[in-house]
Amino acid sequence: METKETTANIQKPEKLVITSSPHVHNTESVTKIMWIVNLTLLPAAIFSVINFGLPALITMLLCIAGSAACEAAIQYWRKVKVTVSDGSAVLTGLLLAMCLPAGIAWYVPVIASVAAIGIAKHTMGGLGHNVFNPAHIGRAFVMASYPVAMTTWAVSRIGNSADFAGAMGKVADFDVVTGATPLGILKQQGYQALVDSFGGQSAMYKALFIGNTGGSLGETSAILLILGGLVLVIKKYIKWQVPVVMIGTVALFTWIFGGKVDGKLVYFTGDPVLHILSGGLIIGAFFMATDMVTTPLTTQGQVLFAFGCGLITVLIRLYGGYPEGVCYSILLMNALTPLIDRYIFPKKFGSLPEPVTRS
Amino acid sequence: MNLWKEFTKGLVAENPIFRLALSLCPALAVTSNVYNALGMGVTVLFVITCNNIVVSAFRNVIHPKVRVPVYIMSIATIVTVAMLTLEAYLPVLFRELGIYLPLVVVFAIILARAEVFAAKNSVIPSMIDGLGMGVGFTIGMVTIGAIREIIGNGSFFGYQILGSWYHPPLIIILAPGGFIVIGFIIGVMNLNEKRKKDKSEKAEMAAGGTI
Repeated sequence: METKETTANIQKPEKLVITSSPHVHNTESVTKIMWIVNLTLLPAAIFSVINFGLPALITMLLCIAGSAACEAAIQYWRKVKVTVSDGSAVLTGLLLAMCLPAGIAWYVPVIASVAAIGIAKHTMGGLGHNVFNPAHIGRAFVMASYPVAMTTWAVSRIGNSADFAGAMGKVADFDVVTGATPLGILKQQGYQALVDSFGGQSAMYKALFIGNTGGSLGETSAILLILGGLVLVIKKYIKWQVPVVMIGTVALFTWIFGGKVDGKLVYFTGDPVLHILSGGLIIGAFFMATDMVTTPLTTQGQVLFAFGCGLITVLIRLYGGYPEGVCYSILLMNALTPLIDRYIFPKKFGSLPEPVTRS
Repeated sequence: MNLWKEFTKGLVAENPIFRLALSLCPALAVTSNVYNALGMGVTVLFVITCNNIVVSAFRNVIHPKVRVPVYIMSIATIVTVAMLTLEAYLPVLFRELGIYLPLVVVFAIILARAEVFAAKNSVIPSMIDGLGMGVGFTIGMVTIGAIREIIGNGSFFGYQILGSWYHPPLIIILAPGGFIVIGFIIGVMNLNEKRKKDKSEKAEMAAGGTI
């Protein structure tokens, strides 16, 4: 430690600071951006606690505490500066919690946090070096490890459909009531059964939009997540093209290929609104597919990335084994990010436009 | 030639799995428990040693242009012997290893030792080299198998050692777990080596400073 301090003293500029261009600087920093993203997630997080009750809060706290503790422990062990206060580990924990069902056994969020921070982030070298989105690696890790626990979804407490209200009334003594998610019902029983369970199409849209349905913590409230995402767009932390392209791709392809009449595919009869509002698409499009570290550098690259995410999501939702595919689609596209960056690379600062040369 | 050195180099310094990174396919596929890992390790130990003996004994009569087919023929013969033996005496293990037993024929480590070592050395050193590489491979397999079985199933050699309080993450005994475990073992070995190197460099510098 002593040697470090002395070198810092020697290098400390005294009179003249000489740096290379660019010199224009704003007040943004990793810490500030991370905490603002945390704040924009807060409304949806609070809503999930109202929606699912105390178990949601416990899951969330376990994820955040687990991620922060794991980050601190690894950074202490690696003898680098402990940067828990920059909020990136807290953000990973919060995003991870948003992907988990409420009331899941305590060890699942803890193991997921360790996988997210320990395997996805710090084996790659820490913040800014990870290839994959840590929160989604954590979710995929526990999804493969505890498939039963991960697909036992809590039922909304303030659900207004008759089934949910009846279920809650009968078993009010329990902490959590479990049931299928909208996409789960869609996959197993079909579209009509899903509409019937809400008691009509407009009631279904309303429930999905406000968020009083079953699902993981962050899957439910479309409106609060969109509001949080809009703040990020206005602050220019994310580009509006990414969520628009990703959601638009999902809407387009589910509209074309999502409709079935008597078990047979009929083109252009799908229900894009249902697919947009249900599952993890909104949170994925606004908060995961826009992650600064694991997505391409250029706007064109990010649009391509978002299109790929949307396409893979639709493939998994309509033809795959899982009811929901946002998590895997983003992880798969994360793996393609270096390739996209190789062919669509950023313009050098101050350079003239010239035809793209492929290296 | 120092025979002991030929034997020990396969254990850590040139460990087939962790250092040469050869034959990772069985290291991923049959290490979900220790028993299978040990079975595969010993099979490879047998095949690699016998093949090294055969190849080194006939190294002067094999024409270089046809050497690889000849090596493969030799390996295939020995693997067939090993398979029939396993099927007769350990039928359960034989079924568990399944397709990976015939695949031993094309394991990179066996052909690599024949090509790199046995084709250039006499019988005794080749045998020792095969034994060392085989034991190193077995140690690697058993290490991976033990870690994966304990974490992913809470058991060791089929005996439950962790109680019902332990909820094993299933992913460790699935294929991704194999990648994760091998990655971490290689990482720890590299870290150790780097620390050792740094230490010796420091010692050298200190020694140089006093002179």
